[in-house]
Amino acid sequence: MNTRVRQLLRSFLLWELLKGLRVTGRHLFARKITVQYPEEKTPKSPRFRGLHALRRYPNGEERCIACKLCEAVCPAAAITIESEEREDGTRRTTRYDIDLFKCIYCGFCEEACPVDSIVETHIHEFHFENRGENVITKEQLLAIGDQYEAEIAAARGTDAPYR
Amino acid sequence: MAEIRNYTMNFGPQHPAAHGVLRLVMEMDGEVIERLDPHIGLLHRGTEKLAENKPFNQSIGYMDRLDYVSMMCNEHGYVRAVEKLLGIEAPERAQYIRVMFDEITRILNHLLWLGTHGLDLGAMTMFLYCFREREDLMDCYEAVSGARMHATYYRVGGVHRDLPNQMPQYEPTKIHGKKDVARMNENRQGSLLDFIWDFTERFPGCVDDYETLLTDNRIWKQRTVGIGVVSPERAMQMGFSGVMLRGSGIEWDLRKKQPYAAYDRMDFDIPVGVVGDCYDRYLVRMEEMRQSNRIIRQCVRWLKQNPGPVMIDNHKIAPPRRGEMKGDMESLIHHFKLFTEGYCVPEGEAYAAVEAPKGEFGCYVISDGANKPYRLKIRAPGFVHLSSIHEMCQGHMLADVVAVIGTQDIVFGEIDR
Repeated sequence: MNTRVRQLLRSFLLWELLKGLRVTGRHLFARKITVQYPEEKTPKSPRFRGLHALRRYPNGEERCIACKLCEAVCPAAAITIESEEREDGTRRTTRYDIDLFKCIYCGFCEEACPVDSIVETHIHEFHFENRGENVITKEQLLAIGDQYEAEIAAARGTDAPYR
Repeated sequence: MAEIRNYTMNFGPQHPAAHGVLRLVMEMDGEVIERLDPHIGLLHRGTEKLAENKPFNQSIGYMDRLDYVSMMCNEHGYVRAVEKLLGIEAPERAQYIRVMFDEITRILNHLLWLGTHGLDLGAMTMFLYCFREREDLMDCYEAVSGARMHATYYRVGGVHRDLPNQMPQYEPTKIHGKKDVARMNENRQGSLLDFIWDFTERFPGCVDDYETLLTDNRIWKQRTVGIGVVSPERAMQMGFSGVMLRGSGIEWDLRKKQPYAAYDRMDFDIPVGVVGDCYDRYLVRMEEMRQSNRIIRQCVRWLKQNPGPVMIDNHKIAPPRRGEMKGDMESLIHHFKLFTEGYCVPEGEAYAAVEAPKGEFGCYVISDGANKPYRLKIRAPGFVHLSSIHEMCQGHMLADVVAVIGTQDIVFGEIDR
């Protein structure tokens, strides 16, 4: 009988709703966990897989030797490579296109690359304004690599023991 | 006197409560559902067919995108099927990592389910709280694999890379000074395992908060108690699995009944429902989150004490390490061979299933001895559950359809495949 009365009373006083309100009230005054996005960003793992880049050796020579492993391993067939022999007898790409609409950012290209040329950088904020800009060319990829080389190398260095 | 006719109405595919691209054609008598006809296929990407044209490893990334809220569980199902065909087993540490990430995935999935189910039924706050916790788990995903959702982390023969020894840190900005950042980085000082441990310490308290908000709440109960009741017999007849089956009171969990990976060494309980309505399934999922938390803690404890390889040492299947590949001709040949042709799988067929958060996720692989599957069949739990939607909704009101869609935890990536 006693429990029945208590149950009725609780039901009448909206007890469980008040308990819920206590939880939301506590969170209202708790410290905020949000970060103000464009000004500050959440930390990113050195393994992060974002926009691609092609790297160069410290002497300025491009790393890619047109072995086409990345082209072969790409599950989405997003990479197109054409290659030619250069005047000095080395093999280099004449065309290296990545279709960013096809790319699924699985990281297989980076994993496959024997010379650490194609990498996926930490850049995840990028957009296109015109049709066709989704296909990025060798020049663009190399430019990204040149601009962010320090960060790319640091991230690869941190992760080297696990690879 | 006017003639009374049933009204046929269209629900979705662009309805916010349709959980993606579900289209329901409803025949309604007033506000009561008479007949309900789900139309699917709007998210069909042909994953099974695509897999037939790629070496085995390249399909792993596509498995993430099936049920895109329980990514690693799908990978696990696929990888296990291929491993079964090859007759190999991942190293023990990889097994534990897989179990740990399967359970992290389960919590991720149930949190998203709780958030959206709450949102559908009018509990806005749940969504915010659930996504707060999901953020930490996604950081774990990112720390190991480099992607917050579509991880591509499991590989045939183990997992891609070992767990990192340090977590990325917040940087001081104008808004959050040094002192704030030091506080935000407090749980990021140690390794990934320390970060996960810290999460598991906090998480049961968070589940308590969710339960305080919902479990006794009269509005929540009015929306879920007695809605979409499925009897245990019908649940089995319709081929339910996972929470849908356990909610009806049948104790069936592949983790216990057909233990895979390291689940036979884990101590956990299977919650079951009594009535088989939406409220029971809600309670089962809440308890599952607590049990997953328990399993994660056991894994973290084991992984901290037992370092070791995470990939099998067979370079016909797993690529050699980068250092070896650069210095050794044979390794380089293996590397080239694996990344162009892949590995050939002996002729035969294999079915392997895992207990994904939504139910039994299985992969049936047939190999003709080539480096690609001859046929891959994916058994998606959501497909089976969705096919029962007519039976679960018949006689209920229109608003209850939303509750039933929510309780079935439908994700269209896996239903349409």
